Amino acid sequence: MSYTLNHLKTLEAESIFVLREVAAQFQNPAILFSGGKDSILVTYLAKKAFYPAPIPFPLVHIDTGHNFEETITYRDNLVKKLNVKLIVGSVQESIDTGRVAEEKGYSASRIRLQTTTLLDTIEKYKFDCCMGGARRDEEKARAKERFFSHRDEFGQWDPKNQRPELWNLFNGKMQVGENFRVFPISNWTELDVWQYLAMEGIEMPSLYFSHKRRVFDRDGTLLAESPYIPMKPTEVVEEMVVRFRTIGDITSTGATLSTAATLDDIIQEVASSRTTERGGRADDKRSESSMEDRKKEGYF
Amino acid sequence: MTTSEIRNPQSEIFDSNSYLNMELLRFTTAGSVDDGKSTLIGRLLYDSKSIFEDQYENIKATSERRGESTVNLALFTDGLKAEREQGITIDVAYRYFSTPKRKFIIADTPGHIQYTRNMVTGASTANLAIILVDARQGIVEQTRRHSIIASLLGIPHIAVCINKMDLVNHEEAVFNNIVAEYREFATRLKTKDIHFIPISALNGDNVVHRSENMKWCEGVTLMYLLENIHIASDINHIDMRFPVQYVVRPYSDEFHDYRGYAGRISSGVIRKGDKVIVLPSGFTSTVKSVELDGKELKEAFAPLSVTVQLEDDIDISRGDMLVREGNVPKQSQDIEAMVCWMGEKPIQLNGKYFLKHTSKEVRAVVKEIKYKMDINSLHRITENPSIGMNDVGRISLRTTAPLCFDAYTKNRDTGSFILIEEGSNVTVGACMIID
Ligand SMILES: Nc1nc2c(ncn2[C@@H]2O[C@H](COP(=O)(O)OP(=O)(O)O)[C@@H](O)[C@H]2O)c(=O)[nH]1
Repeated sequence: MSYTLNHLKTLEAESIFVLREVAAQFQNPAILFSGGKDSILVTYLAKKAFYPAPIPFPLVHIDTGHNFEETITYRDNLVKKLNVKLIVGSVQESIDTGRVAEEKGYSASRIRLQTTTLLDTIEKYKFDCCMGGARRDEEKARAKERFFSHRDEFGQWDPKNQRPELWNLFNGKMQVGENFRVFPISNWTELDVWQYLAMEGIEMPSLYFSHKRRVFDRDGTLLAESPYIPMKPTEVVEEMVVRFRTIGDITSTGATLSTAATLDDIIQEVASSRTTERGGRADDKRSESSMEDRKKEGYF
Repeated sequence: MTTSEIRNPQSEIFDSNSYLNMELLRFTTAGSVDDGKSTLIGRLLYDSKSIFEDQYENIKATSERRGESTVNLALFTDGLKAEREQGITIDVAYRYFSTPKRKFIIADTPGHIQYTRNMVTGASTANLAIILVDARQGIVEQTRRHSIIASLLGIPHIAVCINKMDLVNHEEAVFNNIVAEYREFATRLKTKDIHFIPISALNGDNVVHRSENMKWCEGVTLMYLLENIHIASDINHIDMRFPVQYVVRPYSDEFHDYRGYAGRISSGVIRKGDKVIVLPSGFTSTVKSVELDGKELKEAFAPLSVTVQLEDDIDISRGDMLVREGNVPKQSQDIEAMVCWMGEKPIQLNGKYFLKHTSKEVRAVVKEIKYKMDINSLHRITENPSIGMNDVGRISLRTTAPLCFDAYTKNRDTGSFILIEEGSNVTVGACMIID
């Protein structure tokens, strides 16, 4: 008799273990829900981890207000289907109340502003732990992130002073005012995520699949035509057959030309693709260390 | 971005069902500075087509900016900004790649003695350790230290890669001498499965492709070893240990009386109908179902996460352990362990710490510091031993409540625990229980 697990089952077991640790170690944890495949995966894994009890965490969406319509529809359906609580932290509200100032110009983005809204939301609801769908393979600065990432009372990450993480023993102890970010799918790659979603037959937002969309090229990134993105006079909108490899704020999510119409097509495409998924994200291009800088400030 | 049009010829044949048979292998890499660790990882990733174009363009640009004549594959594993500036790796960085056979997780750790704690962290979950040796230097202190740590942490397989063979004319004799010396040293290690591979990380010889320059080498390439080494039997499938992590109570009309014990199986196999003992209470019951997500499983084994229901209504909470009649772990408040210290302050005799073991948390007091081990030689220092950061030693502890444990050599899950400093809440000790 041979007891072997394939890598997807091994990853699933690890992530469920982490989700249950969070439920056991924290008083008031939440899942940060961006609407993308990674946070969808975390949500479905949470359902598995606690079934037949409902997911013991609310979903928290830090909403830039610059969304694809499809994201909100999907989010609201998911919340209903899994009977989970939704909390929305609004960047628009942070702007209206003067907590942050809107960036100006063509490449204005609300990505940076999200950090303040997130920290305010954590404070308002007194979350002691926020789980995110970040993966270590996504980006250089994430490769050293722990499963349990300790944040000081300002929500900041100190990459040089991380707690050692040994075996499967997660230390979620903290002082009053501090909190944790936990990343249950740290060890998954983009391909693992798609393979698992296909294996499980999980319904995904339509944006991930090939569709016709009016887009324009800005510095090598195909952006969707949208009232939220001011266009330069030289930029021309064209209808193309595209899909999105990541879904985030509409102003910084690039589309790829693609005819992948099913999960299997996507797996094929990802397996043979020669660029990383974040290659299409304008927010990472600003400087070589941009993600690391944002993480230190308290970004996911 | 139109680059998705460019296709990788190797993966044209990607079979979307093949992944259902892929295993996961975790390995660590350790080596002294400049032994070529970063180059080797870059080479593994590059030759297995795991580096994406935008990443490649990135490191190409950085190499050019730095005035290097070739694309420096070592840059691929560079992590955080501060480290990039200092030009050294100071933490554990995780890397991922896969081939049609396996998915790999690399825990890339720095080699210097002051980073022993990072090496221990990376080693704690690894199936295999790659130990790099510079062919010109042969076995040095760091080689011994890394091997000792791998053995101490119970890594079942070691691959000793003798690198920079191009700088010693690819000579077989150089390789053989190093192998002989290592073998002699390795008699003192617990890890018995040791492989030797002569490589050039820079040129790629014997990394993914067989070397044209070392035809004398009859062994396999590093990639072949990583893809084929037998790891399924590294997990203990005999002694059933199920630490209860969380109690699932839906309190809904539909599942009114439902009470499920959620956890990850540490070792062994659990089936419906099994007679189990609950520790520490000692109550017995029978497994009513093993399930996940409402689907019943015929049996489940380590390292699966499942939910178990029992026939009897007994009081069970997080920190308890389900085991099988006739095969129980030790139970005691007195624990003997090897510790790798990670705290800034040395371990305190009579000091009190929080202790986390499986899903249980207790407090512990340090009763005795027996010796400090010189991790370059395995020599024991027994006179007034003080265990400071990055030191390894043997201690005796007394806990506020009994632990249910096995020796680390028999069970990496129920044989390990961490110590946490009170006040700062920082993890300060990684401990392995001795029989
Ligand atoms: N000739 C030769 N040089 C190598 C080889 N592997 C690495 N190097 C060089 O050794 C130096 C240190 O390598 P690096 O990968 O940065 O070492 P690390 O400090 O162990 O990560 C670099 O200049 C590499 O180009 C090899 O197989 N042959």
